Amino acid sequence: MRFSDSFESRFTSMLGHYPTKRSVLVPTLLYMQDELGYLTDEAIRDIAQRLELTELEVRNVISYYSMLTTRPRGKYNVQVCRNISCMLCGADDVIAHLKKRLGIAHKGTTADGMFSFEEVECIGACSWAPAMQVNYDFHEKLTPENAEKVLDEYRRKGSQ
Amino acid sequence: MPDVNITVDGKKLAVPAGTLLIEACKSVGIEVPSFCYYPGLSLQGACRMCLVKIEKMPKLQTACTTVVTEGMVVSTEIDEVRQARKAMLELLLANHPLDCPVCDAGGECELQDMTFSYGAAESKLIDIKNHKDEQQWSPVVYFDRPRCIMCYRCVRICGEGMDVWALGTANRGSAQLIMPNHSDYLECEECGMCIDICPVGALTSGAYRYKTRPWEMKHVGTVCTHCADGCKTTLGVRRSPTGMQIVRGDNRDKSGINGDFLCIKGRYAFDFASHDHRIQQPLIRREGRHVPASYDQAYEHIALRLKEIREQHGGHAIGVIGSTRTSNEESYLLQKFARLLLGTNNIDHHRTADFPSFAGALARKKDATASMRDVFNAPAILLIGNDPTEQHPLLAWQIRNNVRLHRARLYVVNSSPIKLRRQAASFTQIPAGSEPQLAAFLAGDDSAANALASGEITREALAALRDKLRGEPNLIIIFGSELRGSSIDSLVRFGAAISGAKFVCLGDYANSRGAADMGLYPDLLPGYVPVGSGARFHEEWGAPVPTEPGMNLLQMVDAAKAGRLKALYIVGANPVARYNLDPFALSKTFIVAHDMFLTETALLAEVILPAANAYEKSGTFTNTCGDLQLLKKAGDITTVKSDFEMLLRVADRLGFDLRQLVPFRQAERADLGQSRGAQSGEADRHAIWLEAHGLEPKLSPFDPIAMLDEIQRLVPGYDVSRVELLAGNDQHTSIEAGVASSIASQPELILPANDTLFTSGTLGRYSRTLNSVIENPRRAPADKADREVVV
Amino acid sequence: MADLVSHPDEVKVVSRRFGQGAANLDRYLELDGYKAVQKALSIGPDAVINEMKASNLRGRGGAGFPTGMKWSFVPKQAPKPKYVLCNGDESEPGTCKDRLILEHDPHSVIEGVVVAGIAVGSHTGYIYIRGEYRYLSEIMQKALADAYARGFLGKNIFGSGYDFDVYWHGGAGAYEVGEESALMESLEGKRGVPRIRPPFPAVVGLWGGPTVINNVETLASVPHIMLGGGEWYASLGTPKNGGTRLFCLSGHVAKPGVYELPLGYNLKKMIFEVGGGIRDGNKLKAVTPGGSSTPVLKADECDVGMDFDQLMKAGSMLGSGGVVVLDDTTCMVKYLQRIMMFYQHESCGWCIPCREGTDWLKKTLNRFHAGGGVEKDIGNIQYLAENMLGRTFCPLGDAAAMPAISIVKKYRNEFEDHLNGRPCPLEAKALEAVPA
Ligand SMILES: Cc1cc2nc3c(=O)[nH]c(=O)nc-3n(C[C@H](O)[C@H](O)[C@H](O)COP(=O)(O)O)c2cc1C
Ligand code: SF4
Ligand code: FES
Repeated sequence: MRFSDSFESRFTSMLGHYPTKRSVLVPTLLYMQDELGYLTDEAIRDIAQRLELTELEVRNVISYYSMLTTRPRGKYNVQVCRNISCMLCGADDVIAHLKKRLGIAHKGTTADGMFSFEEVECIGACSWAPAMQVNYDFHEKLTPENAEKVLDEYRRKGSQ
Repeated sequence: MPDVNITVDGKKLAVPAGTLLIEACKSVGIEVPSFCYYPGLSLQGACRMCLVKIEKMPKLQTACTTVVTEGMVVSTEIDEVRQARKAMLELLLANHPLDCPVCDAGGECELQDMTFSYGAAESKLIDIKNHKDEQQWSPVVYFDRPRCIMCYRCVRICGEGMDVWALGTANRGSAQLIMPNHSDYLECEECGMCIDICPVGALTSGAYRYKTRPWEMKHVGTVCTHCADGCKTTLGVRRSPTGMQIVRGDNRDKSGINGDFLCIKGRYAFDFASHDHRIQQPLIRREGRHVPASYDQAYEHIALRLKEIREQHGGHAIGVIGSTRTSNEESYLLQKFARLLLGTNNIDHHRTADFPSFAGALARKKDATASMRDVFNAPAILLIGNDPTEQHPLLAWQIRNNVRLHRARLYVVNSSPIKLRRQAASFTQIPAGSEPQLAAFLAGDDSAANALASGEITREALAALRDKLRGEPNLIIIFGSELRGSSIDSLVRFGAAISGAKFVCLGDYANSRGAADMGLYPDLLPGYVPVGSGARFHEEWGAPVPTEPGMNLLQMVDAAKAGRLKALYIVGANPVARYNLDPFALSKTFIVAHDMFLTETALLAEVILPAANAYEKSGTFTNTCGDLQLLKKAGDITTVKSDFEMLLRVADRLGFDLRQLVPFRQAERADLGQSRGAQSGEADRHAIWLEAHGLEPKLSPFDPIAMLDEIQRLVPGYDVSRVELLAGNDQHTSIEAGVASSIASQPELILPANDTLFTSGTLGRYSRTLNSVIENPRRAPADKADREVVV
Repeated sequence: MADLVSHPDEVKVVSRRFGQGAANLDRYLELDGYKAVQKALSIGPDAVINEMKASNLRGRGGAGFPTGMKWSFVPKQAPKPKYVLCNGDESEPGTCKDRLILEHDPHSVIEGVVVAGIAVGSHTGYIYIRGEYRYLSEIMQKALADAYARGFLGKNIFGSGYDFDVYWHGGAGAYEVGEESALMESLEGKRGVPRIRPPFPAVVGLWGGPTVINNVETLASVPHIMLGGGEWYASLGTPKNGGTRLFCLSGHVAKPGVYELPLGYNLKKMIFEVGGGIRDGNKLKAVTPGGSSTPVLKADECDVGMDFDQLMKAGSMLGSGGVVVLDDTTCMVKYLQRIMMFYQHESCGWCIPCREGTDWLKKTLNRFHAGGGVEKDIGNIQYLAENMLGRTFCPLGDAAAMPAISIVKKYRNEFEDHLNGRPCPLEAKALEAVPA
């Protein structure tokens, strides 16, 4: 499969970091997913071949890690933390609000493919709760209002 | 290593260092429950059933992962431990569907048993169970997720044991499940190991599911009738309108040479026995059509015609073709029938290996053959030719697991990259057809290397391999039908220089070794004794038999074509299809066929006798290694008969004294050799032998064990322990010294079966299970399957 | 990205360079960077380990195992290569400190890894960073490249003749992977299922070689110990609890944030002085003192010194330093439900008690909090948790059981108040469906 040059160069250099090929699997899957949006059957075959694994082994690994997915997602994956610190600081309201605004449920994707929404476990922002990540970017000290603004900003960026 | 002293529940015991606590407990009869622990598979520590209290440890410890240490004090029955077990069961049952009344495993389910033993009958929890619908993964394998308790046995047996790695674990937490290699379907060897190893009813077999309750079956331990490896299989049989129907095959008692193992054929391909096309009554061709007849009519017809031909044209106008799937007793009887009764040495069978040359090469060598058990324990193995994964599944299992569990060194030489190379310490690929040169090279002929060296396989590499092998004491040398005639000699010469080296010669069908050992050859009597030097047999049989070699199978066909062979008596063989014979060549010959189905050969017969198969009779089989095992009658179709019985009935009609054929009830005639001595030739040697072995004279000629008596007495190498044999244990026969060493084998007659995991000669064609796998549209073409390297 | 806070009681050791641009190698060097490695190289492995033992540094990942001792378990001679593995999987709810270290002071982590490597005779280190922390992975990759460029890593570091490589590694979302043996599995490209122990990683770890595994904060403390001396570090804390640590104050405090305080610092003081007290003028109800796994302390149990031993005595644990403060508007049933949803989501599924126990606890609590509770549920919750405790394959089961046991025990009345179809008395919205 074709991946970006930066993917390939990172992949090649990572192979040199470990005594076994397989060790690059988890981070590589995430980078593949970043490029493809999700882990397609073709991608799974590709990585299995590269690392001399069976597709089953690759699938078993994918299904273990919560960030990896074999289903398409929106351009922006909105992941709001629902864990204790965030919950205590009002995450439930943020979650309810964003769901309503986006019109989708947990793990849903908007019809225009712009957003997916996911409630996630602790993302390491407890002292700045409530928090969310949109793709890899953190947004902290959320309220329903400022969270919505953040999404507006992404929508604007995404439709350019 | 010195023993380690430990105390379990107040009992003091000493066990070898390195023993797992769970095994130590078992050795003194203390059962520590477990689901995930399975001897021979990797440790998991996952089910937590085996938690025990070990002094000085704050938490309960898993007995399955704890290695005993000196002075360890263990409690397995205290309240804390009991409560832990109970809680594990409660947690397992919480999400278990409890559909025991319809579950295949009901009655033989480890979860049921444990619940019964440790009590977790009360269900405390009230929320809804997680459900997932049952899935069919392959024609053979079904998966019912809610019943699965996640012991990972299936994953391990498939990967570690079978080297197939078709099962994995997907998702995590309570969503975790066992996943087949194509996510929702399974492509594998369909061995069913996962199903039998499953402690509950999560994995069930397409062949057995929802057919019966386990307690409604009778279980009969017998020997698989497919390949030549001789797995012990336990057949579950149940009454049916026509007798006893086989509904299940497994190996639950694990007592056989195969331990845990069975391949798809041993486990599921018993279904040919209840195939609709089974011939259920004798058929006689009248006016070009096969019409049903009574047994009497059929026997009469056969006897009449044979007598006529023998009288008019002599015994040499009659030929006999035996089977690679009938019992030793039947084969022995058949050759005796041919030689003694028909007066002909025209007898042969479908040869798949050059056992005569093997026997010749081994003449005067003691203990030179390896048993199937040896293959699991040998420190080193050389495998030349063959693809055991496909053709000798048990042998492959023994080799693989010897490498895995005992770190045996495996050397593979083959013209294809066979799957067993994955276990090999060294794999040498040589050009197809150059196996004989390899044997010559190993035996010291350096010039033979020319034909072998190419690419990476340099002469130096070959020499290094040879040196290495020479330094492997107790090497087992296994070879396929690629080696024949003098090549076997060379190989044996090479092995002679290695101390303790033993051999296995690979033949193809369930009793092809037996057919060979029992003398289904035109030139060899039982035990590879040349027909010209069979004094001991002649003496015993009390009548002259022809001493000139007869015609082999192809010669018989030619003679038939030329009109010289007037009759052909075929038992359980399909030479027309196997050797691709021209049916018209046999059109003038009177043919009798014993068979289960109207095969290409049976169709040509004038009289067809409906035969029982090996699952429907008793007797013995000899596997390709020479391990002798007892067949027990499991299935039964009331309208068919064993070849043994039918042959005797024909002999009777021919007016022959059955006592001469089968030594039964001869005790009253015996003088036991006391006054004139056994050597005088007047004593009843048979009776003396029986007496010496503490055996009873048999009452009926139809008791094949009477024939076994004679085999054990007369066939070199077969005098093994009868008690062990009757107890269901394998007994290694040997190819004995004293056999003539110059056997002129006819290597050109050898025709390997080339069966795969999913074919089994003619039998395979009548197995619904095998066909459903072959025809499964989701399966990749056979050549693609499992050809990728898994690291 | 995350805001920094400060308080006069803070003793800044690990956080010394926060906000100083130390991710930049030149800046780091100005701030005593890479001196610790050079010192370790000059004093040699035994002296390093002695210094570490003297420091009384205990692991900051959660279990609080003495770091010097852990390093000393690594066999001197080993047939397979030895490794140092930095645990940056930080996923314990309530914990967000490693993130700050990796963001503001990545080189200190690299330095810690190298020093650990020198101490145990390893030549390779890995820094495992959870997948969600992508920006920190990038910062780390840059830091590593910079260090290589200067010859601080790779062959012959600092001209010592000692070779040492450090690589980063990324996760992809799994709390369990923070458990040390699961971490190794994950790094080897497998499912994050823990390994059977013994053997312990110090003897048989990554690819079968002896492996030292330490938390990011633990390793980031190491250079400071090297330079300041073990004794100095030990003197900052309480007996057997050397030094300072990053406390992540979160929940209902007025001034949440990550504060570096000496071990043994009083919890009440931490909440009311450092954290500015309970917000909105509410009253303190309970504290989870060391991440979601640790048993809760009631308000009246909070007058306790925050070190491993004192908290243990108080019936809880110092854990990962995530101090979650709950005020009196909090429903403890809902709090436990939330915790259990987490553990249920994160259980790897390997062993029965954890896989099934967390699932049934979650199901029971979901229904219970939504108003469907029955009397026997309370006993069941306790029973399930008690029967998980100490019996699971790895400590995740304990981590789920401990808060459950403590909350049911300490707030049984709140459970009773939920019974008989009554919705959560503390929260009108409780009947709103909780996402699965
Ligand atoms: C379920 C579970 C999750 C854990 N997660 C982390 C983690 O995210 N980060 C961490 O440093 N240690 C974590 N630990 C602790 C590690 O197992 C290990 O003790 C620690 O990395 C050792 O480093 P330390 O001695 O420096 O604390 C976790 C333990 C368990 C049982
Ligand atoms: S390996 Fe051979 S003997 Fe064993 S079960 Fe399979 S076919 Fe039968
Ligand atoms: S048998 Fe020990 S944990 Fe399963």
